[in-house]
Amino acid sequence: MKRALLFLPLVLGAGLFFLFNQMLGHDPSELQLARKDQPVPVFSLPDLHQPDKLITEADLKGRPMLVNVWATWCPSCRVEHPYLLKLAREYGVTIVGLNYKDEREAALRWLVELEDPYAISVFDEEGRLGLDLGVYGAPETYVIDAGGVIRYRHVGVVDEKVWQTVLAPLIESFGS
Amino acid sequence: MIAEIGHFALILSFCFSLLLTVVPLLGAWWRDPLWMGVARPLAMGQLVMVLAAFVALTANFLLDDFSVQYVANHSNSLMPWYYKVSAVWGGHEGSLLLWVLILGGWTAAVAKFSKQLPLDMVARVLGVLGFVNVGFMLFILLTSNPFNRFLPNWPQDGSDLNPLLQDFGLIVHPPMLYMGYVGFSVAFAFAIAALLGGRLDAAWARWSRPWTTVAWSFMTAGIALGSWWAYYELGWGGWWFWDPVENASLMPWLAGTALMHSLAVTEKRGVFKSWTVLLAIFTFSLSLLGTFLVRSGILTSVHAFASDPERGQFVLMFLLITIGSSLALYALRAPVVKSRIGFTERSREIFLLLNNILFVVATLTVLGGTLFPLGAEYFGYEVSVGAPYFNLMFAFLVPVLVLIMGVGVYSNWKDTRPKVLFSRVPVMALVSLPVALVVPWLYGEVALLAVVGTYIASWLILATFLDVWKKSASKQSRWSGWLKTSRSFKGMVAGHLGIAITILGATITSHYSEEKDVRMEAGTVAEIAGFQFKLLGIEGVRGPNYVSDQAHVTITSSSGDIVTTLHPEKRRYLVSGDVMTEAGIDAGLFRDLYISMGEHLGDGAWAMRVQYKPLVRWLWLGAVFMSVGGLLAVADPRYRVKLKQRRQQPEVNTRLEEASTSAVMPDGGGSTA
Repeated sequence: MKRALLFLPLVLGAGLFFLFNQMLGHDPSELQLARKDQPVPVFSLPDLHQPDKLITEADLKGRPMLVNVWATWCPSCRVEHPYLLKLAREYGVTIVGLNYKDEREAALRWLVELEDPYAISVFDEEGRLGLDLGVYGAPETYVIDAGGVIRYRHVGVVDEKVWQTVLAPLIESFGS
Repeated sequence: MIAEIGHFALILSFCFSLLLTVVPLLGAWWRDPLWMGVARPLAMGQLVMVLAAFVALTANFLLDDFSVQYVANHSNSLMPWYYKVSAVWGGHEGSLLLWVLILGGWTAAVAKFSKQLPLDMVARVLGVLGFVNVGFMLFILLTSNPFNRFLPNWPQDGSDLNPLLQDFGLIVHPPMLYMGYVGFSVAFAFAIAALLGGRLDAAWARWSRPWTTVAWSFMTAGIALGSWWAYYELGWGGWWFWDPVENASLMPWLAGTALMHSLAVTEKRGVFKSWTVLLAIFTFSLSLLGTFLVRSGILTSVHAFASDPERGQFVLMFLLITIGSSLALYALRAPVVKSRIGFTERSREIFLLLNNILFVVATLTVLGGTLFPLGAEYFGYEVSVGAPYFNLMFAFLVPVLVLIMGVGVYSNWKDTRPKVLFSRVPVMALVSLPVALVVPWLYGEVALLAVVGTYIASWLILATFLDVWKKSASKQSRWSGWLKTSRSFKGMVAGHLGIAITILGATITSHYSEEKDVRMEAGTVAEIAGFQFKLLGIEGVRGPNYVSDQAHVTITSSSGDIVTTLHPEKRRYLVSGDVMTEAGIDAGLFRDLYISMGEHLGDGAWAMRVQYKPLVRWLWLGAVFMSVGGLLAVADPRYRVKLKQRRQQPEVNTRLEEASTSAVMPDGGGSTA
């Protein structure tokens, strides 16, 4: 009986091995997008700045835009932030911020301190919209066309390279 | 040509490690002294060859040979020579080469400093280390060769090293960290050798202890260096992010801490053998798991290593073979006989067991938090676990651990009289209370977690000092009493104080740091925590491989004295076009003043971030205490007494036996080999 107990680590190790083996070759930066080429899911969430004001999927239509998933607990978001400011200010890109599983106060402080690149800020405290979108973590950035259809999902930091080689050409291709 | 020589040396080193795996292990099996005896020379040969390969790659960097792909991707002719050297380990392939160099170094060190060990034990330990070497060598040679060339056309110049890595911290951080990661493979090799030879006894624990402690000391230093680097180089003053790669280094550290303490029990009392051996396997597995997670690309992280599934597949298979076979060996060979040596619930054994349980729980907490998103994804959910989870779990675990530590240092083996065990608890509890209220009050708001953090730090410092007071009692002066305590005791004191110092630093800096983002132009003054930051001006500066805007900021204290002048920079590296922030930091024992440049806002105005970070240095100061404590413990003469004894055994048998008994087991318990 005691000897049988000693096999426990081996069994647990085998379980982990099975998991890793399944996950391998599954590059998280190319996670399949369940909602690719589908409309933004139906949602109704408060505005980060005005808790009384509700934002819905209808607000995400009319022009191509980026939806940026961020949170104050996410260090890479801080790295990414200055570049988002540049995109919004110098390139005139419309960016919707999806504040994900965060605290309202901390998020507002962040936007005051680091400045606010977002045309609209959605406050997704419980991560509901995040779940519907299939958000893996923060930061993530979705490209949405003028008709409100999700066209692309980028996992990780958006920087000059990502913008110039991936996002900008994509937006240009359907922007006009 | 040099690259080819390096490649060839690497292949030779692989051959040596292959022989090192096969011959001595078979020799130990057949009890053939000749076959066992070749283990030491083979270990040396392997080190010489891998060193030659490493020197060859370094030479390629220094000579700017951009026909070598790895050099072209990680260097540039404009880089200063010292960054060319550190660029050797600036990418996946080269850092693996550093890894095997260090592994070769540890293997050779075991071969050199194992004269007091029985030959079959040496053969088995070196054989297991040789096997680990074979795995990593194959990994390099098959999937990640740093000596591949661009032929026939190669670039005129290299594409530069990631600017984040062009920094002093990155010259020293990876070697230190790898010394720790790889060092735990020695503890693993000893555990496997003991299982193979059926010699899982106190002697085995005594042999593995110093190696484990040295590895742990390096790992502590390595993690602290990484945290310090992130603090000044990433430009916004954070020092720990619970990033998967950081977690990958924290897990073996936590498990290694448990192992270090568990080995003490096994050595002194001969109990918890199976548990200790499992911990040694567990710690090493976590080191390997870290490698797998970082280099297979299954987790996203800011530590971007070029990752591809083929490499992941290889490491996973290596993990399967190594860990699978060692756990199987464990299941079949670990002793299940219940030890006859008794101990009560007030014994040191129990306190160290509690330490082990808490450290293993902490390790599993980090492991769970790191792997949970993967597991959940497999079952169709997508979740992320952020810093809030880890902070919450550690805010609970650390106080429990420290409170038990404060009592545990007074415990004796077998049993402790309650009077001895708890006599200092009232003092510790009562004195810590005002300290825990006054310190946060002096810094500002009295927040619950700040009070808890200060309380446990004070508790631990008091416990340590009262313990030192008790143990340093002497007929002469107290100072000579302190000098008479053993080096392992001094090491323990330093290590435990280090924990308290780090906790205090983390608590105070997390709660009472102040920061402000301000728009500044020449002449603007920003005030924070009573210090005035005045921007004198910004000028263009040209470095060897970058251009930069450098700000000149003077800081004056509230009394009007000039504290210092800082020069934060915004650098643009010429080849890659990457923009980097170099923070300006005035470091002090009690506070750091920190200023970093944000975006240019036009008209000579810049967004600037100024920060006041109290006690932030204590985070790393504590780690210095811990590392030094570990090294002190290893320097204890009792690890060398055995050696002398064995050499001189025939003539002076009795006298030295006495000496060794008193040195190894002051309490008279346990068993010797």
